[in-house]
Amino acid sequence: MNYWSWETFSEALPMVLQGLGITVGLTFSCYAFALLFGFVWTFLRRIPNKLIHWIVTWTMEFIRSTPPLVQLFFIFYAWPMIPGIGVTLSPFTSAILGLGLHFSTYIGEIYRSGIESVDKGQWEASRALNFSVFDKWKKIILPQALPPTIPMLGNYFIIMFKEVPLASTIGVAGILHMANTYGARNWAYLEPLTIVGIIFLLLSYPSAILIKKLEVKMNTRFDKKAALENVKKGAVM
Amino acid sequence: MSDTIKEPIVQFIDVHKSFGDVKVLKGIDLDIKPGEKVAVIGPSGSGKTTIIRMLMTLEEPTSGDILVEGNNLWKMSKKGKQVRANEKHLRNIRGDIGMVFQHFNLFPHMSILDNCMTAPVNVKKEDKNEVRERSIQMLERVGLGDKLNNYPSQLSGGQKQRVAMARALVMRPKIMLFDEVTSALDPELVGEVLEVIRDIAKNDDMAMVLVTHEMDFALDIADKVLFLDEGVIAEQGTASDVIEHSENERLQTFLRRFRSV
Amino acid sequence: MIVQLFWLYYAIPMLFGINLGSNWWIGVIAIGLNYGAYLSEVVRGSILSVAKGQTEAATALNMSSFQRMRLVIFPQAVRMMLPEFGNYTIQMLKGTSLVSLIGLTDVLYYGDIMRSTNLDQAPLIYLLVLVMYFILALPLIWLTRKGESISKKGVASG
Ligand SMILES: Nc1ncnc2c1ncn2[C@@H]1O[C@H](COP(=O)(O)OP(=O)(O)OP(=O)(O)O)[C@@H](O)[C@H]1O
Ligand SMILES: [Mg+2]
Repeated sequence: MNYWSWETFSEALPMVLQGLGITVGLTFSCYAFALLFGFVWTFLRRIPNKLIHWIVTWTMEFIRSTPPLVQLFFIFYAWPMIPGIGVTLSPFTSAILGLGLHFSTYIGEIYRSGIESVDKGQWEASRALNFSVFDKWKKIILPQALPPTIPMLGNYFIIMFKEVPLASTIGVAGILHMANTYGARNWAYLEPLTIVGIIFLLLSYPSAILIKKLEVKMNTRFDKKAALENVKKGAVM
Repeated sequence: MSDTIKEPIVQFIDVHKSFGDVKVLKGIDLDIKPGEKVAVIGPSGSGKTTIIRMLMTLEEPTSGDILVEGNNLWKMSKKGKQVRANEKHLRNIRGDIGMVFQHFNLFPHMSILDNCMTAPVNVKKEDKNEVRERSIQMLERVGLGDKLNNYPSQLSGGQKQRVAMARALVMRPKIMLFDEVTSALDPELVGEVLEVIRDIAKNDDMAMVLVTHEMDFALDIADKVLFLDEGVIAEQGTASDVIEHSENERLQTFLRRFRSV
Repeated sequence: MIVQLFWLYYAIPMLFGINLGSNWWIGVIAIGLNYGAYLSEVVRGSILSVAKGQTEAATALNMSSFQRMRLVIFPQAVRMMLPEFGNYTIQMLKGTSLVSLIGLTDVLYYGDIMRSTNLDQAPLIYLLVLVMYFILALPLIWLTRKGESISKKGVASG
């Protein structure tokens, strides 16, 4: 049994750090994808057709309640095998698609709560003023619906950041992957994995504080209740 | 009312209360006799609610003593010394006091009947069947005999407040406290609640402390009226004393405001 | 959580020099520690969010602090907890898929083995795995939705 070794620690550090760019980059990419795709869900659900509504709702439910890990595997390993539509995607792209899609269902839920929290009178007023559908959303509804959701959206950024290491399982060379590679090469896992843990703590703690501050600021500007109801808490794995 | 010697059932002796730096009550002295109906009036923020919350042990006085049947409510003696009352001491005395709240505070997860039964059964350990019968009688008395198994969310504000009164009455307190029990109600529901209070005042021999803005009603049923102003009892006496013969300028202004409405 | 799982997987035998017998316990510890914290926060949060007037009414009825909790506060808090509990249990269910990575033979583990022998059957195999997770999650989804409508009634919060 070998115990902790600072030598290994300092040797592993530069290698693990090499993966940092990818981890952070992947986080931002997934987040951007989820933010965009969240809108798709939200608007699909507003289509006034019972069948479509039902299908969209349960598709979201399916994506949300099954493991993102399996979804990653599906996109990376299974997608290319599907005759006709299958294409081989790089691990990085697969991760953006897989994690981004998974979290877009949560983000869509946040948008929805934001939109539902806009006072009914606002919809009626924009109809009374004869706004076009596009202007109604752009000028009236979204400017009121989105700001209160910002703290929650921020929370999901942190949650996604913690989730991104899943991508190492399909070979995305983020910090966890680097740590495992180092471990396999030198048969010393504890130190590199500890480094990974520390990096996550170091990065997510300040962001959490930042978001808390944002939340306080938003709560004083907007009705507290707005948008905070009915939103499911995030996946933390 | 009986004719035994009327030792006060409640006494406030130089009671002060501050919230942080704000002095709300600046020396309250007050006697309430058994069975006496006391109305507390006064401008908003004068400390009416605070007085009855201290008596209900929901708020602790900053200084001074509150006696209930001669027992010091907030202090107890321990090894010959006076110390701050503990929960056990409070519970011993609290059993004599009941309260009806401005916002009803019914238990939303219990039926109306269970709202009435839970305390006698669990707190006083009374026989369940006997309590059920008494609760039903009480609910019938407040006009809700047909709603026993409904839940609070299914009732109107006036009905909720009547349940709240039945719930307090089933405990058979010696003192009942009412904190603006009609001010959260729609105007057309106020009457039905006042009728129940009037009925209790007429037929039950418990002492009552009634904080209210329903001036005519208060003056009608009260044996004694207190006018609370700027942290002290500025005027007290029978209804006619206070209303007709008082020379207190602020009281007159206060009353005029109500008359003109 | 995947980082913690790996860390525990290597750290526990090394630091304590013990073998827990199987990776089962490492999975239990990693998942349990994670969600234990969240769930206790849910419990605490719901108890605190029962309206103050409820405690006061219970006090006015001379209930002891234990009775207040048992008869008034907790029954309402539980109603509020239901959706969150359902929700976190789904998260936990999803989280268990990670244990295949430390060699526990769960659904995903077998899925992976099957795939490695029939590469072109991958879509079907993973779809099947996903559907199995979804079926397990269905009662929890139901609980979450039901819980939401229950907690709207029967609770005074504020
Ligand atoms: N928990 C508290 N913390 C701080 N200040 C308080 C608290 N409770 C009451 N106060 C203050 O004490 C003063 C008296 O309050 P109280 O509720 O007793 O007045 P009131 O006479 O019942 O008024 P109203 O007619 O509006 O009900 C007010 O200025 C109020 O702001
Ligand atoms: Mg008041």
